[in-house]
Amino acid sequence: MKNIVSLFCGIIFGIGLVISEMINPAKVLGFLNIFGQWDPSLVFVIIGALIISTPFFHLFKKKDKPFFATNFLISNATEIDKKLIIGSILFGAGWGLVGLCPGPAISSLALLNISSIAFVFWMSMGFYVASKFNK
Amino acid sequence: MNIVNFTPASALTGGLLIGLSVILFFVLNGRMTGISGIASNFLISKDKKNENLLFLVGLILGPLIYTFILGREINILISNSLPLITAAGILVGFGTRLSSGCTSGHGISGISRFSLRSFIATITFMIVGILTVLIKNIL
Repeated sequence: MKNIVSLFCGIIFGIGLVISEMINPAKVLGFLNIFGQWDPSLVFVIIGALIISTPFFHLFKKKDKPFFATNFLISNATEIDKKLIIGSILFGAGWGLVGLCPGPAISSLALLNISSIAFVFWMSMGFYVASKFNK
Repeated sequence: MNIVNFTPASALTGGLLIGLSVILFFVLNGRMTGISGIASNFLISKDKKNENLLFLVGLILGPLIYTFILGREINILISNSLPLITAAGILVGFGTRLSSGCTSGHGISGISRFSLRSFIATITFMIVGILTVLIKNIL
């Protein structure tokens, strides 16, 4: 059942990325171009996601356990450390260069675009190197 | 500042679907969605392999199902400069794992649970993203 839920949640997430156009790097770069020709649309993507996830998260976390798993997995990290800040800076720079973050990059593989395929390949290399770094 | 290409209704609709996906994943499977975490764990860890794989398959099926049902083509515009794509891919992959989260993991899941850590990460990558675009436009 957990596998079916995963597939379903991935599909809904992917359709959300398409409808909001977050899958389109040009749209994301327009959003980041605050000091030029600004497209504020993606503010509404964040608002839309948070108005659902925030109240229901706080409601559901009071349950004993999720429907199909033995317990809730919630990060207990609270430390604001160098890794958090440096990682976020590097991510922000990469995001601003091309306009792709991990979700839209993976979803856009469906479009068989050579640039997004190359991006996902190099992103995976980045994951791999970081996993050695994090040990 | 000049506002262009503003599409609040479709942005809000897409955002609501993303929020729905996040909350279903939480209440059903007990996990907070973070795509960089799901993707990197799928590649590197043996834990929850099938669950992670199927989420990623779903992410790719999403656009295909959208096109199939609505019969609408999805158009994206992306840089074709390979050096730029390579640098950005490495920065995004390495950066999101170093900081343990991306736009979804910190920006949506983390902020939903009022995590200060995620809030700071989100503000940081947003500001750096904005500055990167600004610098690119100047150069």
